Amino acid sequence: MTTTTLTRDATHVAPSRTDVRPAPARIPFRRVLNVELRKMFDTRSGFWLMASIVIASVIATVLTIVLGDREDLTFDSFAGAVGSPMSVVLPIIGVLAVTSEWSQRTALTTFTLVPHRRTVLGAKLLNTLVIGAVSMLVALGVGAVGNLVSSAITGTDPVWDIASSTFAQIVLANELGMLLGFALGLLFRNSPAAIVGYFVVNLVLPGLSGALGAAQEWWADNAGWFDLNQTRFLLFDSNLTGQEWTQLGFTSLLWIILPLAIGLRLVLRSEVK
Amino acid sequence: MITVESLSKSYGGFKAVDDVSFTARPGRVTGFLGPNGAGKSTTMRVMVGLTAPGSGDVHVLGRRFKDLPDPGREVGVLLDASAQHAGRTGREILTIAALTMGLPRTRVDEMLERVSLTPDEASRRVRNYSLGMRQRLGIGTALLGNPQVLILDEPANGLDPAGIRWMRDLLRGFADDGGTVLLSSHLLHEIEVIADDIVVIGNGRIVAQGTKDELLAGAGTLVRSTDGVALATALNAAGITARPTSGGAVLAEAELARVGQAAFAAGIPVTELRAAEGAGLEEMFLSLTADSQREVTSHTDPEGAAA
Amino acid sequence: MTTTELDVRTGVGAAQASSVPTRAVPAPIPFRRVLNVELRKMFDTRSGFWLMVSIAALSVIATAAVIVFAPDREITYESFATAIGFPMSVILPMIAILGVTSEWSQRSGLTTFTLVPSRGRVIGAKATATFLIGLASMAVAFAVGALGNVIGSALTGVDPVWNIALSAVPQIVLGNLVGMAIGFTLGVVLRSSAAAIVGYFVVSLVMPGILVLLAEVRDWFADLQPWVDWNTSQVNLFDGATDTAKEWAMLGSTSAIWIVVPLVIGVFFLRRSEVK
Repeated sequence: MTTTTLTRDATHVAPSRTDVRPAPARIPFRRVLNVELRKMFDTRSGFWLMASIVIASVIATVLTIVLGDREDLTFDSFAGAVGSPMSVVLPIIGVLAVTSEWSQRTALTTFTLVPHRRTVLGAKLLNTLVIGAVSMLVALGVGAVGNLVSSAITGTDPVWDIASSTFAQIVLANELGMLLGFALGLLFRNSPAAIVGYFVVNLVLPGLSGALGAAQEWWADNAGWFDLNQTRFLLFDSNLTGQEWTQLGFTSLLWIILPLAIGLRLVLRSEVK
Repeated sequence: MITVESLSKSYGGFKAVDDVSFTARPGRVTGFLGPNGAGKSTTMRVMVGLTAPGSGDVHVLGRRFKDLPDPGREVGVLLDASAQHAGRTGREILTIAALTMGLPRTRVDEMLERVSLTPDEASRRVRNYSLGMRQRLGIGTALLGNPQVLILDEPANGLDPAGIRWMRDLLRGFADDGGTVLLSSHLLHEIEVIADDIVVIGNGRIVAQGTKDELLAGAGTLVRSTDGVALATALNAAGITARPTSGGAVLAEAELARVGQAAFAAGIPVTELRAAEGAGLEEMFLSLTADSQREVTSHTDPEGAAA
Repeated sequence: MTTTELDVRTGVGAAQASSVPTRAVPAPIPFRRVLNVELRKMFDTRSGFWLMVSIAALSVIATAAVIVFAPDREITYESFATAIGFPMSVILPMIAILGVTSEWSQRSGLTTFTLVPSRGRVIGAKATATFLIGLASMAVAFAVGALGNVIGSALTGVDPVWNIALSAVPQIVLGNLVGMAIGFTLGVVLRSSAAAIVGYFVVSLVMPGILVLLAEVRDWFADLQPWVDWNTSQVNLFDGATDTAKEWAMLGSTSAIWIVVPLVIGVFFLRRSEVK
């Protein structure tokens, strides 16, 4: 039985390029880190999210000077004013760093170019934390400028009443917020759900905990062991006792490390579509 | 080189991929053909590690995809051209991929030119891209690392006729240079034109595979008259296995001259007589995947197909 | 000459063509139908379904929490209503936001606005559907709370205390509807789920603190604050304390600032925006 098909392909015999090409070098972590960092800035929404850190710091500082009692303004007032927008923006950055891969379906490309999801997520986490630290430096820098301007207007000496240890605590408090956002992002892999989750944990639960504490004495005494915010908020303005540090560690384990571990496990096993 | 060995994947009780094995070889274009929902995309997702297999193995260039040190440099993948961040520009998407693979930035411009995206188009955000432009960008991402293997899921989707021609030439050239190409399609014609080897999948199972020539060889001759049934009867009487299909057409498993002589001998006027190349593969596609076809195909009767 | 000829011929052709299939022009889509569809779309996805289920589920959990944790003397209807009010005040606005933004985030707007090209009607239907869901959710919440009060009192062996005046009920419902309206407005204005959700929490939980702080520092703002801060109006509604004409006027003012004006502007832009 003969076929009448024209064997056009018969001439292609020996392939000129063979499988003996040397394998490329393994992708170094640095490169993944660099790419993930770029991905946090290169969309319009990402860019404005980052820009909003600076913009919000400036607005908060200006408002403090314009609306506050200038005679009483110290660095602490500015740090407080600048910190409040940070506590909203930074965790959202943490959430979106993870969830945008799913909501925009870029995970398809990301995880085929780097099939090690752990590496990618590690890079994202590291970037998130670095951005958090840098943002806090920027925010407090803007606050410091505000403090100088305000004292120049009133003609008094600027009051620098934040110790470097307190500064470190404020950064830590914000990093914990970002970690919580990141963990919720991994857990839900859905931007709206993770954002709602973050605000519920951060802004609704303290009220509930307070209400519960009012009704239950046991909770009032022991909430510090279960309520992440109770000790985290202390970081902003006081020195923590040994017990409070332990409580902070325990609640972070409960509210951040545990969801992070569960979320990581889910992401590593999930199907990317 | 891609080797798929007894791959299975179930969702609950539903077997999306059921014991699939095949090999896509270097220097050849392998067409992965099947109706919608046959399991093509799931197989490809398992191939590149996006979906964990239920059982079985996939090796690309002799390794599991996860073990490739820098996958983009060895395997170009395009699964869904729309799965890109709508807020990034086309150039940015290629830049990110180039950075991941550790390639120089100049490679991005080369590739934009290769996939015919103008600088103006490349600086637009993907949200404003047509499906065809996204497809070109996706093919650009796949080719960026100068890979040895291409895995493309429905790459012709959304391309205009000129684009389809362009892609066909591109894949042909890639294979001729010794590369391995695996592309899926639910369009028979597309696969028929471009593929050297064909793997047909239906309901998660492989229903046929081989070189295009092998798969076409059995198809024989298509002969048409006003009364297909009478013609088929006459040919069968002459010792030729033949069955009527539609519109008076008959598929006969014999060479052209013999079929013509048999029809002439039976005194039946023939309106068309040709090698059943295309018709054969179409017949095969429709019959082999008849169970999994979503649309009820009225023009072939399943009884005939089974014969 | 040629053109005229062609025109005549096309005219004839057109007349012939239309005379052959005399299909009647369908009746315009009634608002009822749009409303019905929009209502259905809020339940028929997994996330939508669970959002709705969570209303009932969280009401029950909040009720159970009161029975378990609250001291006996506080087993009153008010305690239950307050406890249930917490989750309601978060979920209901989310429902309102996602009802609007999902058309953009899931790109279903492409279908919605081709089947019903009048976007104003679709938004109107969504607003009505949101409103109805708000009313129904509040009815469920009050019923679950009442049930909890009866059970709680029975367990503790005291007479059930019904200490929410009937007149306060419409105010509490209205308070929640205000929250939903804020969410809906943000959805219309921002048309992005993430942005609208962040926006909602900022204006409902972050902004009030700042405004209160400002009122403490600046005397001129202390008088102005209740006219600007919608949270103050909402809290008054929750307490059933919006009684005087002035208080209602304050509610009107905050609603105008935060709901009516942005909503009008948002709908204006939404109707002109490109759907992709």
